[in-house]
Amino acid sequence: MSATPSTAMQHGLQNCGACGLLSLPAPGVEEGHCPRCAEPVAFRKRDSIQRTWAFVIAAAICYIPANLLPVLTTTTATGSDSDTILQGVILLWSPTGWPLSLIVLIASIIIPSAKIAVMAYLLITVQRGSIRNNEQRIRLFRTVEFIGRWSMVDVFVDTFTAALVQLQPLMSVEPGPGLFFFAMVVVLTMLAVECFDPRLIWDAASEQGVQYG
Amino acid sequence: MADERTTLPTVPQSRGFSRRRTPFSVVWIIPIVAAAIGVWVAVTRILSQGPEITITFASAEGLEAGKTKISYKGVDVGTISKIRLSEDHMRVIANAQMAPTTEDFLTDDTRFWVVRPRISGATISGLGTLISGSYIGMEIGNSKQSKREFIALETPPVVSEGVPGRFFVLKTSSLGSLDIGTPLFFRHLQVGQIASYRLDKSGRNFTIRVFVKAPYDQYVNPNTRFWQASGIDVQLSASGLTVRTESLLSILIGGVAFETPVDSEVLSPADAEAVFTLYASRAEAYEPPPKHPQTYQVIFKESVRGLLPGAPVELRGIKIGQVTDVRAQIDFRTAQFSVPVTIELDPQRLGVQVIGQAPPAELEAARRRLIDSLVAHGVRGQLRTGNLLTGAALVAFDFFPGAKPVSVDWSQQPVQLPTIPGDLQTTERKVEDIVDKVNQMPFTEIGNELKNALGQLNLTLVSARGTLNTADSMISPDSAQGQELSNTLMEINRMARSLRVLADYLEQHPEALIRGKPGEPK
Repeated sequence: MSATPSTAMQHGLQNCGACGLLSLPAPGVEEGHCPRCAEPVAFRKRDSIQRTWAFVIAAAICYIPANLLPVLTTTTATGSDSDTILQGVILLWSPTGWPLSLIVLIASIIIPSAKIAVMAYLLITVQRGSIRNNEQRIRLFRTVEFIGRWSMVDVFVDTFTAALVQLQPLMSVEPGPGLFFFAMVVVLTMLAVECFDPRLIWDAASEQGVQYG
Repeated sequence: MADERTTLPTVPQSRGFSRRRTPFSVVWIIPIVAAAIGVWVAVTRILSQGPEITITFASAEGLEAGKTKISYKGVDVGTISKIRLSEDHMRVIANAQMAPTTEDFLTDDTRFWVVRPRISGATISGLGTLISGSYIGMEIGNSKQSKREFIALETPPVVSEGVPGRFFVLKTSSLGSLDIGTPLFFRHLQVGQIASYRLDKSGRNFTIRVFVKAPYDQYVNPNTRFWQASGIDVQLSASGLTVRTESLLSILIGGVAFETPVDSEVLSPADAEAVFTLYASRAEAYEPPPKHPQTYQVIFKESVRGLLPGAPVELRGIKIGQVTDVRAQIDFRTAQFSVPVTIELDPQRLGVQVIGQAPPAELEAARRRLIDSLVAHGVRGQLRTGNLLTGAALVAFDFFPGAKPVSVDWSQQPVQLPTIPGDLQTTERKVEDIVDKVNQMPFTEIGNELKNALGQLNLTLVSARGTLNTADSMISPDSAQGQELSNTLMEINRMARSLRVLADYLEQHPEALIRGKPGEPK
């Protein structure tokens, strides 16, 4: 392909995100409802960058208490222990248990932070109209989108543990305040991904007439 | 490229709608809310952190950073956050994060200690820590002075603050079996405990602090006697065998008992921290050692067998002091053997009452006057056997009005008091005197004299017999004198009868004395 591929927006067409139907916006307005499935349609997701930023920033804020506050409070006969995520990682780290520790480290610390970082990176590059590494960026976005739904597993494990380990008065596990913030991080990053319109990645390329292939 | 726009007529048109464009999306509320929640959590976390204190321990045994709690009356008020060695590596310094409400009771006299399982005499404490691990006990002080650095107690305080009662101080030379927590008895009722003890700097005396619970602390007044009630007190006296003990507990672990003599005047309760002497036994408590003992010497020439230091010195059977030293001495010039016995007299028991703070010189003068007067009245020291079974001897002072008058030489040191030989020796001497006198009696002459006297007596008896025979013949009934006597007696009999008749008549007719018998012609 030698010519710059045109986009639907360039043709004045809107693509329904739900049913994929192409439609023309009503005269004078830029937004509308899909004539087939009534899903709101627009050229690009409404306020995508702004909203994504809002969620990314909110997630980043929540990420701090999620790691500083205890996620689990274990009460046994010998007293109660409150552990943060990092303390849990250290606690699990042993010559034989290190894979488990690694899983927790990756799933609960690296991935959420990576998601926030990736989203911030995508937003910045889109805002700056970068045309480089488009393929990598869309791949990153898809990865984040894919991982997003699995991030809640951590929260589920913790809440299940808390619900199941209630052997009063011998032992009980209570979710700590950190867990709430951790869940907020997961939810907010998912919302950020949802608000982000990946088409923005190559809009700049299209406008600058970058050729693919 | 808008020129390509309308080239696809088959594309349907969406149902358009317009919305008011706002410069900022509503979504921004979310990070604001998140930030607000984060700030709120941070603020509450910071506010919920109380003061941080350091506690110095001798050992960190059982303590764990981040785990060990500080507990006050069972409420967790803090956690040990860090444990490190002191700079000189001798002690352990623990940092503790306290709850915010503890701010006002981290004062100068707040105390901390490690609660571990502890078995001491009467009490087993801290058993819960066997399972839960050690924790740090805390006791709030009354001071207002705020403090952040504390030194932990080695042993938990026996008496917890807030229990009503008072502390008293006991002084004793020997601790015996007493220990912190040893019970305190009042009339066999446990009313307190020993809170602490320490050895004085001189190393001679112990200062013991005891706690007496309210309301029993009111029974402690300045006259109260404290004594060690450890073990069993067996006394063999004239009334038989007496066994005294406070309780089974005190037999096992010792104890301190106190009592106020019933005959003492009723005083107001003693002040807190008042100082008392802790006596070794009840008997000693009721017979306190003299306050200002006076040392004298008595010299005996006889054997002092059975006289030991500690033997009583009595005045007419009342104990007034004790023997402190017995030794022998020989005067080489006169080659005389004597035993000077040093005695200690309690002037109070001699009747010298120390009222208030009399000047010593005045007391001394009174003492001399008393001793002088006693000696002038014939008081002398004497060695007596106190106990026939054991042969224990005692020094007795008694009045011997016939004793040779002596005067006390006050220039000597110690002052020598006059003595007279003891009972046994006096008796021996008397018996000797008697034997001597008996020896000196002229039994042969007495025998001869007796013999002569008996011969004379024989003659006398013979002549007496003749006299009696003569008298016998004179008063026999058939003699002339006997006949005469019989007639005379008959006449007297008749006369008495007529006299009676006359008397009877006169009684009935007293006028007959004047008129004569009626019916008779004149």
